[in-house]
Amino acid sequence: MVSKLRAGGEDKAVTGDAVQSGAAVGISPAALRGMHITMLRIRRFEERVAELLRDEIKCPTHLYTGQEAVAAGVCANLRDDDYVFSTHRSHGHYIAKGGDLKALMAELYGKATGCSRGRGGSMHLACLEKGLPGSSAIVGGTIPLAVGTALASSLRGVDTVSVAFFGDGAVNEGIWYESVNFAALKRLPVVFICENNLYSTHMPVSACLADTNIYRKAEAFCIPGVQVDGNDALAVYRAAELAVESARQSEGPTLIECLTYRWRGHVGPNFDLEKGLRNREELASWQARCPIETLERLLSEQDMLSVADRKRIYKDIEREIDEAIAFARQSPYPDQSELLANVFKV
Amino acid sequence: MCMGKMTYAQAINQTLRQMLEADGSVFLMGQGVTSPWYVGTTTAGLIDSFGPERIIDTPVSENAVSGTAVGAALAGMRPVLVHPRMDFMYYAMDQIVNHAANWYYMFGGQVSVPLTVWAIINRGGEQAAQHSQALQMLFAHIPGLKVVMPSTPYDAKGLLVAAVRDDNPVVYVDDRWLYNVEGDVPEEIYSVPIGKGVMRRSGSDLTIVAASYMVIEAMKAAEQLGREGVSAEVIDLRSLKPLDEELLLGSVHKTGRLVVADGTWRTGGMSAGISAIVAEKAFASLKAPVGRVTLPDAPAPASCVLEKLYYPGAEDIVMAARKVVAAS
Ligand SMILES: Cc1ncc(C[n+]2csc(CCOP(=O)(O)OP(=O)(O)O)c2C)c(N)n1
Ligand SMILES: [Mg+2]
Repeated sequence: MVSKLRAGGEDKAVTGDAVQSGAAVGISPAALRGMHITMLRIRRFEERVAELLRDEIKCPTHLYTGQEAVAAGVCANLRDDDYVFSTHRSHGHYIAKGGDLKALMAELYGKATGCSRGRGGSMHLACLEKGLPGSSAIVGGTIPLAVGTALASSLRGVDTVSVAFFGDGAVNEGIWYESVNFAALKRLPVVFICENNLYSTHMPVSACLADTNIYRKAEAFCIPGVQVDGNDALAVYRAAELAVESARQSEGPTLIECLTYRWRGHVGPNFDLEKGLRNREELASWQARCPIETLERLLSEQDMLSVADRKRIYKDIEREIDEAIAFARQSPYPDQSELLANVFKV
Repeated sequence: MCMGKMTYAQAINQTLRQMLEADGSVFLMGQGVTSPWYVGTTTAGLIDSFGPERIIDTPVSENAVSGTAVGAALAGMRPVLVHPRMDFMYYAMDQIVNHAANWYYMFGGQVSVPLTVWAIINRGGEQAAQHSQALQMLFAHIPGLKVVMPSTPYDAKGLLVAAVRDDNPVVYVDDRWLYNVEGDVPEEIYSVPIGKGVMRRSGSDLTIVAASYMVIEAMKAAEQLGREGVSAEVIDLRSLKPLDEELLLGSVHKTGRLVVADGTWRTGGMSAGISAIVAEKAFASLKAPVGRVTLPDAPAPASCVLEKLYYPGAEDIVMAARKVVAAS
């Protein structure tokens, strides 16, 4: 049941025969274009936030730059009523699930119009209409919550699927093992997406896990576990497609490990190079495998992205972000009288 | 005695170094002990001097790592277990409370747990509800745990030494807002007794009781009150458990008025416990109801405008003091 998907044209079937070889075979043009736009929206949003972090945005912010293919490839398989739970590094998941950019930017500014009304900041994003009940800054904290929404779906007899995004770091927490086991035991409709970006704060994954092949842990719980190139949106898409489908068919959970890399440092706009935590060559080698460039190359080869298209998409996204920034700047702060509001629902 | 001026963070660093040198059973374990930012500069250079066997940076596994420290302590080691944020300690609660705190009693006093749980408060900066918490009272509530909260570099060292030498689990709580505070720190190893507070400023009209960072705010408030003709005494508790009742009650008997400057939540927080002791044991001395300055009963908000309101400071203490004085 446990298998390894590799990048490039060598993808192998995970379970059954749904995965085909060859770059984009079996994925609709709409899905491909959608993933491209999502990834670009995330990238440009994060890069603009990196600039704003120098003096306008004050809350601790963990940027998603470099990991875009994971959020885009997974969420392209989800419906609005499917649940997504995220972490401290939550912008990419929020955007990929369809969250509003203005409300996101306003949240980073601590404004009343933010998606958490200024109470949460970057690490705590919610958008209920889009199936985002909230993200947690406690490592591993949302994994059982995704199992719980899956339990609710199962109890109610509806076919919504829950997705838990988490990092390699979260696999060090006991809650991870307890949650995956319980989901497997009850065959709940949940998909576990591990974004293995090779670091947990200042520590490389090899300094944390005795076995760094995270996907192999699935075997212990008798569920499918796969490892994919997390910088290849198509590979992520295909693996997620199977996992989401099997969850929807009540066939239980899947663990997908996406190998990727965060370009920026753990937190904030810097790169963690100056602190000696990782080296320039490593960063450069991952930047050379930019998930967006990879997809764009493929789209142009398939005549799905002309030079003019590309230019227009970039321009539209930039305008959308400009509007989000203007909205955030102009929005009011929460009223001081609201400090004690919302401790309880009344 | 050789004295040096240093910051609170440097005092912790020096103490760890000296305790590691002095006692082979001491080791440091927890998240971020080799990180350039996780625990400020408190552990800078330790890995180079003592190596990864005794300076153990850990994966994010709070529960297991805490239990491992408890086990090592059962075997006679003296671990210093660091949690770089109190918010992350909920995962570790079972090992600290059910195991470390109960062990000595539960087996009739046969084997104790000489463990220092170094717990850091890291708040402000729009970090929101899961990156802001000050949980000292949760620990103070637990039988079998001692809780200390130094406010000066001198005490940061002396109480850390006392915690490491204590044969019981001691929760040593420091607030990163104190890390750059400077003060005189003797070079040699010394300890500050656990359970003993200290009077930081003598006064006759009003007692302000505080711990940790709130002592700094209390001293500022006392100065302001002095300018207004109110002579305020400031008591730094240093230990929340055991609590120096003698010092507290002595001061209240003298001044007849009390304001508690508290960095915890209002319900069941430090000020609630202290008010109860004073009501029980110094009722006759009180000339006015006790004033309480606390965090509101709400999680920490992110937005800077709400955050500013959330954390009380010297001004709030002054206002509470004026009210107590006016009521008598
Ligand atoms: C329970 C808990 N312990 C520690 C932390 C501090 N912390 C924040 S992010 C992080 C690293 C998480 O690494 P990973 O899960 O790989 O996610 P990444 O940051 O790489 O996206 C840690 C240890 C935390 N937020 N929660
Ligand atoms: Mg990681």
